[in-house]
Amino acid sequence: MELNLMVAGFGGQGVMMIGKLLSQATCDSTDYNVTFYPSYGAQQRGGTANCYVVISDREVGSPKPNIVDQLIVMNDVSMVKFRTNVQSGGIIFTNSSLVKSGAERDDVAVVPIPVTEMAMELGSLKVLNIVMLGAYIGYTGLIDENLVLDCILRLLGKKPEFIELNKKAFAMGLDAGKKVKAA
Amino acid sequence: MSNKVFMKGCEAIAEAAVRAGCRFYAGYPITPQNEIPEYMARRLPQVGGAFVQGESEVASINMVYGAGAGGTRSMTSSSSVGISLKSEGISYCAGAKVPMVYVNMQRGGPGVGTIQAAQQDYFQATKASGNGGFRMIVLAPSTVQEAVDMTYQAFDLAERDRSPVLILGDGVIGTIMEPVVLPEMKSDEEVAALKAKNREWAIVGHGRDEKRGYIQPGYWSNDMQEQHCRNLEAMYERWEQNDVQVEELFLEDAEMVFVAYGTSARIAKNALEMLRAEGHKVGMIRPKTLYPFPSKAFDHINYDTCKCVLDIEMSIPAQMVYDVRMAVKGRCPVDTCLRSGGNLIERDNILGKAREILTGGAN
Amino acid sequence: MEAVYTRTKTLNGNLLGFCPGCMHGTTFKLIGEVLEELGIDNKASCILAIGCCGLAQDAVSYDLATAPHGRAAAAATGLKRSNPDTVVFTYQGDGDLASIGLAETIHAANRGENISVIFINNGIYGMTGGQMAPTTLVGMKATTAPGGRDPKQHGYPLHMAEIINQLVAPVYIERVSCNNPANVRKAKNAIRKAFQNQIDGKGYSFVEVMTSCPTNWGLSPEKSLKFLEENMMKEFPLGVIRDNG
Repeated sequence: MELNLMVAGFGGQGVMMIGKLLSQATCDSTDYNVTFYPSYGAQQRGGTANCYVVISDREVGSPKPNIVDQLIVMNDVSMVKFRTNVQSGGIIFTNSSLVKSGAERDDVAVVPIPVTEMAMELGSLKVLNIVMLGAYIGYTGLIDENLVLDCILRLLGKKPEFIELNKKAFAMGLDAGKKVKAA
Repeated sequence: MSNKVFMKGCEAIAEAAVRAGCRFYAGYPITPQNEIPEYMARRLPQVGGAFVQGESEVASINMVYGAGAGGTRSMTSSSSVGISLKSEGISYCAGAKVPMVYVNMQRGGPGVGTIQAAQQDYFQATKASGNGGFRMIVLAPSTVQEAVDMTYQAFDLAERDRSPVLILGDGVIGTIMEPVVLPEMKSDEEVAALKAKNREWAIVGHGRDEKRGYIQPGYWSNDMQEQHCRNLEAMYERWEQNDVQVEELFLEDAEMVFVAYGTSARIAKNALEMLRAEGHKVGMIRPKTLYPFPSKAFDHINYDTCKCVLDIEMSIPAQMVYDVRMAVKGRCPVDTCLRSGGNLIERDNILGKAREILTGGAN
Repeated sequence: MEAVYTRTKTLNGNLLGFCPGCMHGTTFKLIGEVLEELGIDNKASCILAIGCCGLAQDAVSYDLATAPHGRAAAAATGLKRSNPDTVVFTYQGDGDLASIGLAETIHAANRGENISVIFINNGIYGMTGGQMAPTTLVGMKATTAPGGRDPKQHGYPLHMAEIINQLVAPVYIERVSCNNPANVRKAKNAIRKAFQNQIDGKGYSFVEVMTSCPTNWGLSPEKSLKFLEENMMKEFPLGVIRDNG
């Protein structure tokens, strides 16, 4: 078993945190090997951000694979730039509020979740990454949702108001992901 | 599984150093290793240690020279171009027998290069880390776990030999997060006892009836300097006998043997697994010490079956390949598979090159 | 017969190796006497610079490390921070402290490291044979300024004590000389104060010692003293520059 995931978007969309939470939860709850690789550049703010998560039952080879099984794109630029990097039969999760371009290939599944709009509904754009993480877990069932939520609350939930907000965001995403899967 | 934590390479190395008894760190910011000084700035004061952000890499290595000369387990870190600046101080540590551990999270070069991972500093690490022809034990971790274990061991090696030890990582090892089991924290008493052992030679202030601590990076007498070089040479020969670390895979039946270290090695191993699943008999030698280089491992290759030794590095031109050729001694062709500039080697690069050689005959 | 004056025990009798008329020997004697008188020669460690001062490395009895050229203040920082009970001092010439080691000098002073810095200023590179130093006087000849220091080409002498006096952290800065017995006594008092400040945990002390270099100035020891007094001390006036001790 080996799963390669790339998460890409604007700086400030919490792209790194999606990868970090997912890999942390994997480390905490399974015996799989897992790597989290945050791509880094010279810019401190703005620009594009992306990271990679590799989960494997063997030693992880490249933590930054050039071809991935799954891709999460939070903005349109990332969709256009990275849609060809997905393995045939793979999945692209898109923030459909911002991603208007299509995959332009029919050998991958596209899971559109309007996470920017959903986060605005909750009153804070800050949690759009948590909505997307919820949708990803809801669709893939990769890790037990409660373990992921524990991880979110442990890493992010310092203030009471954020605990509630993160819980809501994650639940909203989960629900959306499960609905797409069921459809 | 219960005691594993999920840590970034740089932070895991810093924590391992603290657990090994490191109580002094000085460093200067440079990507991709900033999490080491940042972690040390938080962590060392908690254990009674000292952290100093040096005004430069030059100052930082010399702060470590001073702290190491005082018998304290000490460390610095940098990346490629910053390591060049530390060269003189590293040479002084080697010459004056000051133990210390330093980390190079390699990035692209030469010059300022790129800030992403590369392996362009092999010669610098193994052949000439400064003037004077000294050598050091160079440990090359391939995973965060190995980086932690090697860092923990490095302080013992440095102190045993009163010599610098280099952890040669790269931007990937420093930046990735992986599950890791941390080594045991040495108690305050253990750390104090380790330091007390160094008092004999350290500059801490000796009484008039004691032999003084004397940290001497040179001699006025040519004969004494020559003897010093001979003593160092004898130590390097002991390393070759006792301190080589290497991982060998499937050498007995291999038609092709990969040689790779660090980040390249984990990707090469991944390619090896795929090729063996396809029925290709591929083996691998992974040097874990780049110096002393595991030359003897190359005698374990079956040269009746082996068509090619493939040197895989994130360096252009290749550097480790010179040590590989010396170890192969012409018994089979040696080829290379290279990426650099901050571009990671891809599994497909290795698979492509290997298939080409395996199906098309040697070279 | 009663011995009324003996060599400091911190000098072990080995040859210091300095030229006739050089004041390094006097300064090492003063440091040694102060260490003995303060009862700290068994707690002291010297970070010795690169340059003529290296000739003393085998002649002193206290702990010692030779630092890379210019890096004494950084090495002293590392040693003092990791061994706060050790009395740490640097001994550096003008090339070491004011040229190649300017950054380390300023930053150690600016951090207020609890160390004592002894700075020997003779306006010339000694060991390498008379090249221009950052403290060489305007018009003064050096092998790398054969026509004399020309401000248009070489700028002006660096006044280290005054530069360090621009910083907030240092507690004590004084410029002294060893040109006559009265000034030798003052120099010893300044060195004592620099060590006492460290023992008391007060912080960074800087003592600049104006000395002569007959060999590289191309003057007799006697004429060197005259040059020191009439030219060097005019450019670098003696006295306490700061005393917050």
